[in-house]
Amino acid sequence: MTGSEINSTGKVTLLFFGQLKERLNCDSLVYTLTEPATIEAIKLDLASQQPNWQPWLCERELLAALNQTMVGNDTVVNSGDELALFPPVTGG
Amino acid sequence: MSILIKVQSEDFDQGDLHKSLSDNKRDGAIVTFTGLVREFSAGDNVIALELEHYPGMTQQLLLKIAEQAKVRWSLGKIVIVHRVGYLPLGEQIVFVGVSSQHRLAAFEGAQFIMDYLKNQATFWKKEHFEHSSKWVEFKQSDKHALDKWKS
Repeated sequence: MTGSEINSTGKVTLLFFGQLKERLNCDSLVYTLTEPATIEAIKLDLASQQPNWQPWLCERELLAALNQTMVGNDTVVNSGDELALFPPVTGG
Repeated sequence: MSILIKVQSEDFDQGDLHKSLSDNKRDGAIVTFTGLVREFSAGDNVIALELEHYPGMTQQLLLKIAEQAKVRWSLGKIVIVHRVGYLPLGEQIVFVGVSSQHRLAAFEGAQFIMDYLKNQATFWKKEHFEHSSKWVEFKQSDKHALDKWKS
């Protein structure tokens, strides 16, 4: 399968880590995009589908990585992307 | 190989890692840091830490941090080992070691790597107590630690 065929499916892989993963009780899901959307818009959409996720997705400080690169919430997500959401990191 | 990055659940041997750093004739200095699971956290006794990470991204970030340090201080070798999983009290969590021609570069390079690792590397830590557990919150003091490298 070529990259363009993957992109035509409209799917985004969403990953959650740390406390966010535990609170949502979900480590990953496949999100369907109807058109390119910002990370902020995807978070709001998820919160409207799952109201109990709203405090964790929209009221807490979260970081975002798109295709394993740190990005801001206004970054646009496209089909085939991997979007990870997580709290500030605490390693070391 | 001049940069070694490992994210693993297994313990590591400081002696072996130190030996791999000293395996060159150019450098006259080695500085290492080892982080351990400690007991005290805001009044409760920690019995273990649990660490998770973002596989793939973590290794890339650590490599980027190591490469920055290598260029900035002309470091010889760099070793970063970070453990994940359930780590009981007293266990080793992280090892950072660097070699350089002179000591100042080695001290600064190792500290730079730890400061950036704490701020950027995609690890999350949960503290386990006797009857409860809690996710560790990001510390602003860790963020401020980066200020000294921004000049």
